[in-house]
Amino acid sequence: MLNPVMKSGPVEPNMYRYDEFDVKFVSERVEQFAGQVARRLSGALTEDQFKPLRLMNGLYLQLHAYMLRIAVPYGTLSSKQLRKLAHIARTYDKNFGHFTTRQNLQLNWIKLVDVPAILRELADVEMHCIQTSGNCIRNVTADQFAGATDEEIEDPRPLAEIIRQWSSLHPEFVFLARKFKIAVGAAPHDRAALQFHDMAVEIVRNAQGRVGYKVMAGGGMGRIPYIAHVMSEFVEREDILVYLEAVLRVYNQDSRRDNIHKQRIKILINAIGPEEMRRRVDREFQELKAMGTLQLPQDELDRITAYFAPPKFESGLSDTIPEAGADFANWVKTNISKHKAPGYAIATITLKTPGQVPGDATSEQMDVIADLMDAFSVGEVRVTHEQNLVLPHVRKKDLPVIFAKLKELDFAAPNAGLITDIIACPGLDYCDLANARSIPIAQNIARKFENLDRQHQIGELKIKISGCINACGHHHAGHIGILGVDKKGVEFYQLQLGGSSAEDASIGEIMGPGFTEHEIAGAVERVVNVYIAERKSGERFLDTYRRIGMEKFKAAAYETVAA
Amino acid sequence: MSKLLKSGAFAADPFTAAADDAALAEGPVLVSLARFQKEREGLLARNTALGVRLQSHENPESLGADVHHFALIALEFPKFRDGRAFSWARMLRTRLGYKGEIRAVGDFLYDQMNYQHRVGFDAWEVPDNFTVEQFARALTEMTDVYQPAADGKKTIRELRANR
Repeated sequence: MLNPVMKSGPVEPNMYRYDEFDVKFVSERVEQFAGQVARRLSGALTEDQFKPLRLMNGLYLQLHAYMLRIAVPYGTLSSKQLRKLAHIARTYDKNFGHFTTRQNLQLNWIKLVDVPAILRELADVEMHCIQTSGNCIRNVTADQFAGATDEEIEDPRPLAEIIRQWSSLHPEFVFLARKFKIAVGAAPHDRAALQFHDMAVEIVRNAQGRVGYKVMAGGGMGRIPYIAHVMSEFVEREDILVYLEAVLRVYNQDSRRDNIHKQRIKILINAIGPEEMRRRVDREFQELKAMGTLQLPQDELDRITAYFAPPKFESGLSDTIPEAGADFANWVKTNISKHKAPGYAIATITLKTPGQVPGDATSEQMDVIADLMDAFSVGEVRVTHEQNLVLPHVRKKDLPVIFAKLKELDFAAPNAGLITDIIACPGLDYCDLANARSIPIAQNIARKFENLDRQHQIGELKIKISGCINACGHHHAGHIGILGVDKKGVEFYQLQLGGSSAEDASIGEIMGPGFTEHEIAGAVERVVNVYIAERKSGERFLDTYRRIGMEKFKAAAYETVAA
Repeated sequence: MSKLLKSGAFAADPFTAAADDAALAEGPVLVSLARFQKEREGLLARNTALGVRLQSHENPESLGADVHHFALIALEFPKFRDGRAFSWARMLRTRLGYKGEIRAVGDFLYDQMNYQHRVGFDAWEVPDNFTVEQFARALTEMTDVYQPAADGKKTIRELRANR
């Protein structure tokens, strides 16, 4: 049993709260889906007919059972919501959940008959599974440091919430050619992988100092990765939904529908060219704008923004982090980021202690994190696309206590951004689409680099692992990307080097033939050793790779395999 | 067999569907876009209502100014997953200002009828066992909406502002 944290009682963070319209919308949607489930169970709907309906509500049929993907809009959760997720995992699943690269939570062992009850429980805490999968606009994601970092122009979550509402059961866009993912960021340092999204909005300031939105589209991973093209450098605030709707309309009308692998917006844009895409979008934009029904009034933006008001930060706090031993100091080095308020910090909880399944948390761990949120982070936590959690507003003086508690949870690994902070999709252990396992590969690599001094010596290095070409583990954007493939029934792992999902976005270059599951961790180690030998002062792995190219890495990676 | 649902009730279908190579029946006919383009003059010269059936890849803009000659535009769902007609209907109602009947035909689900209604469809070709009650329910499962669409329904934002 884990010891409870000093209880402070549930704290209500400043985040969007449902009003009577949202409550009614979600509860009617739950009953609508309950009806669809009943029709499926009675046989009135075939599995083929039910499939897009259940997907639109986050319900997949996986290898062993149904998987339910719960939306965590823009990654923000209250302690009350996290406790509910823990309760649902305990009651209806195997006592754990998996945080995903879309900032959502997946439950892997769900029974179809239980789904309506789960949805009702979620609705009780203002949550849902609307559009967490299927060929529609997916749950919108955002920078996990939103509202806490001093880098941002403004908190991107109010806009993300406005997009969430606009995209919920949008009648024109629920049967798109393929899925459509939107992310919002507001800082020059991109933590939300904007350029790998179907569409992304970056909050920017123009030359006149006015705040508005840069819109990008056509990025994506999958079997054909692309970096997004800029659609508009500056969209006025009130026009943002008009612009997003214009992009979606062009996509819905003009995308291919004859080949499932060529139906994402990235394929359309790269087929007709970004110039032609901008022309088509602009035509729709001008027309929609003239209609005047989608403009966002300033008072509506203000109203939504007010929900996300910064918490009342205490003044007069010491701005130094207390000393609390070597382990703590290591954790501070990697897992603590600069907060905008003096005396405060942003704390990343990596769900990646070597040996753990990346992104998994048990119900007990979730409950204790909820207690930590209440006691130390105004009742709030964020889910990151790197499958970690973030306490956004913690007092520096509380960090040692938080660290001690995380240690008990086995979530105190000082490895945020380091080589063992690995993104991995569920892979063949769970997923119907996978060709290979991802989780054990992530675990093997993490164990190989378990030595903390070595990890810190290596520095920032992002490994991302996908169990198939669909790239849910973002392997194209890994400094070191690993792709699992199936060759005649045997799992092989290809290496890619040089990808990045940050503001310096790039697609990794494929090294060559794959490695076996026994060879891959060793190959990664040899690649890392080349970096250590070649790096110049201050260079990250990515920088060295970009400077010296593939050759030396490749020679080292295959060295022992060939021998 | 199928029947026609219009304005919330079953209605007789005055249109006879004409295959591309068949002789035209007396009275209103429903033809493909290809046939319309081939026999445009003759079809427009008939002193009777005319309908055109568009496949999901056929953009209604290709009708040009002729759009207003049609009393009926049938938008086809070749399979229910193909959602292009949702945008075509909205384009007809907004950009093209089309006021006639927009009919959903082909493979669509009960669960899509509310979305179809919202983007501008006002008639549905439904199976014989489909009921008016089912239709009414399909349109009322969700009371309020977040987006403006061709149905002119007040959005949640507008409802909030009027509280």
